Amino acid sequence: MPNAADRPARGAISRKTSMNDQHPLFRMEGISKRYGGVRALERADLTVEAGRVHAILGENGAGKSTLIKVMAGVVAPDEGRMLLDGREVKFADPAAANAAGIACIFQELSLIPDLTVADNILAAEPPTRFGMIDRKAQRRLAEQALARAGAEDIHPLMPVKELPLSRRQLVEIAKALVRDPRLLILDEATSALTAGDVAKVFAVLRRLKAEGIALLYISHRMQEIAELADDCTVFRNGRKIATYRAGSKTDDEVVEMMIGREYRHVFPPKPATPPADAVPVLEARHLSWAPRLNDVSFSVRAGEVVGLGGLDGQGQRELLLALFGVLRGTRGEVLVDGKPARITAPQAAKAPAIGMALIPEDRKTEGLMLPMSVRDNLSLSALSMVSNLGIIDQAAERRAVDEMIKLLAIRTAGTRVPAGSLSGGNQQKLVIAKWLMREPRIILLNDPTRGIDVGTKQEIYQLLRRLADSGAAIVLYSTDYDELIGCCDKVLVLYDGTVSRVLEGPEITERALVGSALNLAEADTGQRAVEAT
Amino acid sequence: MRDWRFTLAEQRATWLALGVFLAMFVLYVANHPAGFTPNVVQTAANKGVLLALVAMAQTFVVVTAGIDLSVGMVFILANCLASHLVVGSAATGMAGMLVVLGAGTLCGVLNGAIVIFGRLQPIVTTIATGAVFFGIALWLRPFPGSAPEFSAELADALTGKVLGVVPASLVVLAAVVLLVWVPFRRSVLGRAAYAAGSSEMAAYMSGMPIRRAKLLAYALSGLLAAMGGVFLTFFTYSGEASLANGNTYTLYSIAAVVLGGVSLFGGRGSAVGAIFGALAFRAIGDLMFVFDVDPLWQPLFQGLVLVLAVSVGAARLFQVRNKLELFG
Repeated sequence: MPNAADRPARGAISRKTSMNDQHPLFRMEGISKRYGGVRALERADLTVEAGRVHAILGENGAGKSTLIKVMAGVVAPDEGRMLLDGREVKFADPAAANAAGIACIFQELSLIPDLTVADNILAAEPPTRFGMIDRKAQRRLAEQALARAGAEDIHPLMPVKELPLSRRQLVEIAKALVRDPRLLILDEATSALTAGDVAKVFAVLRRLKAEGIALLYISHRMQEIAELADDCTVFRNGRKIATYRAGSKTDDEVVEMMIGREYRHVFPPKPATPPADAVPVLEARHLSWAPRLNDVSFSVRAGEVVGLGGLDGQGQRELLLALFGVLRGTRGEVLVDGKPARITAPQAAKAPAIGMALIPEDRKTEGLMLPMSVRDNLSLSALSMVSNLGIIDQAAERRAVDEMIKLLAIRTAGTRVPAGSLSGGNQQKLVIAKWLMREPRIILLNDPTRGIDVGTKQEIYQLLRRLADSGAAIVLYSTDYDELIGCCDKVLVLYDGTVSRVLEGPEITERALVGSALNLAEADTGQRAVEAT
Repeated sequence: MRDWRFTLAEQRATWLALGVFLAMFVLYVANHPAGFTPNVVQTAANKGVLLALVAMAQTFVVVTAGIDLSVGMVFILANCLASHLVVGSAATGMAGMLVVLGAGTLCGVLNGAIVIFGRLQPIVTTIATGAVFFGIALWLRPFPGSAPEFSAELADALTGKVLGVVPASLVVLAAVVLLVWVPFRRSVLGRAAYAAGSSEMAAYMSGMPIRRAKLLAYALSGLLAAMGGVFLTFFTYSGEASLANGNTYTLYSIAAVVLGGVSLFGGRGSAVGAIFGALAFRAIGDLMFVFDVDPLWQPLFQGLVLVLAVSVGAARLFQVRNKLELFG
């Protein structure tokens, strides 16, 4: 085990390579990656040069995450090649990428919660003496790395799980720096940081850039990119759209590139909106759940489909969970039919007086019991509807189940086969059917069409509209902008736990959705050019 | 400097287990008719060390967020094997003992290989391998007994008293902690084992040697369980393929680990804590004896103490704000 304290700093080497300038520091050519039938990346090219900040832009699911996972050795590409200093490289695992000088700060943190800050920073290659970890040297190195990351105030012996999220992010950066990377990848590294911390991190990044390190910067915050980036590359649907010098395109042009012109789904027509004075079935007033939700107010009338938009992870999931009584310590008020409702658990939410249903995000763990039969899955949450005095009326149960399978056209070999044997789309219909058995009046959906085929998506859109027409109030969170545009009568765009904008009727356009999701000021989207720094 | 506070926080569970043990033990000795004499301590130590070794074995696997239900069976297998192999003079007996320890390590490596490379759950794997280990033990010793030339000399040396006061078994236990546990805890692989138990994905992303670390943890688990089995042979001068005994040790090792503050979710705790947990658990049983309580009550009291210990750990659930985390 080499002693990290004795290793030469790689910064010196990278300066040398950047001077002879024959090859870019890192280059990927024709990289493709498929997950099952989904193409996450298709023949992507990218060139990263030493001493420059290269920003990657793209919508949710544009392929950015896959791109950096390939670069960091987390997933192997199906085809294409990667060149470091002009020489082809292949990474078997993250350790191999690290050894080559590529360090990555992932969006989902790579810190080990039970270990101390120092242990985490030197997790991969701790300094050793006589075969054991040299704790004194480790601590010294950790303190140096923390100082380099502008986080001198973090105690190296603190267990990571006791640090708040923003501090953990700085530890992540320190952890990457201790490896003396030549190429540092930051995936949404600032999304959890406060403005003060962001400024600190930027100062660190600028210093690293001056040292000759190449930085790959992935962020949804356009202002940050304008401030930091030298080059930008836009991805869409797994393909590279364009690479340009920062400042050479307007915000408007960039958003246009991110959206593109693509295949659109067929959506059922939207009816005229219900009268404005109709009593809302569901209303939230000043709903907060610190720190993820902050003062959210909205209402849904019978027959209305209200969408939740914005970037992934801005509090949409928490909002649905808060309404459904899963979160403890929420503040604010929830009204059902204009009367205050205290929903403290899913059981209370599904009670007939409230009649709420939540179609969860992960059907495999939160929605279905996969090994159990289709019939059991359908009737479990609705047993009270088909039983008398606690005894299940089997005939009634069978009737209700058959009816539901017919209504949603669930393709299954029978009611006794395990739910896990159905296709993804049919599983999702099963989750929805399960809740429809209870005839809910308020239906919350958490990204219900993620990862299912186009045909089934179509059926789900039709179904949602039918349910709304029959008087249900629907809240739909979707990461697919087309879906929000096609299905919703109103869209709340969330940013950082607050409703940043409400779009209604014809206002719901892709441009407005993307613009407000990035929290660009309304007037700005049209005119302001990205200014170079 | 606030350093000591972090060290204390990390070791709190271990100190707590030590406290529980001392309280129980003082109560025990104070009420023992013979009082605090080397003989009383030796008897208590010999009983406690068996469980302490098996609890240490369990700790290695539990910190990786696994569980080893075969420790009791490795313990029994080593007991039966040692009754055949620890023969002759102290030197030949020692050689036989090393073979037994090697066999135990092999059992651990087998468990680890199945869990790591076969990707089977530890609980299923070790139930199955445990049955196999017990089968071999039964084949080795269909009836309780030992080889006629059993090395009683070695047995007496390792279970007697050093300098006439300190129980030799405790000295061995301390040596195991210093030579096996401390190096493991401070090694790169040992830390990787903790990291894998805390968050295997994060550990993988950090480029830590997870597989080797887990394999080492399982191997050391086998080694220590076998060491316990060897000591059982030393105390009883015989080997017995007792299913009840194997199961008891497996279950008690988990109890001791929990009492010693080792998190069953992995990533947290120390074998030293598990040792005190084991000693405390044994001391509770002994208390029954000095207070002249019907031995039939012993499981009940041990159970109550365990429930109490576990409840303390469950207090954190009141702080959970997203109820989904309760099931995660």
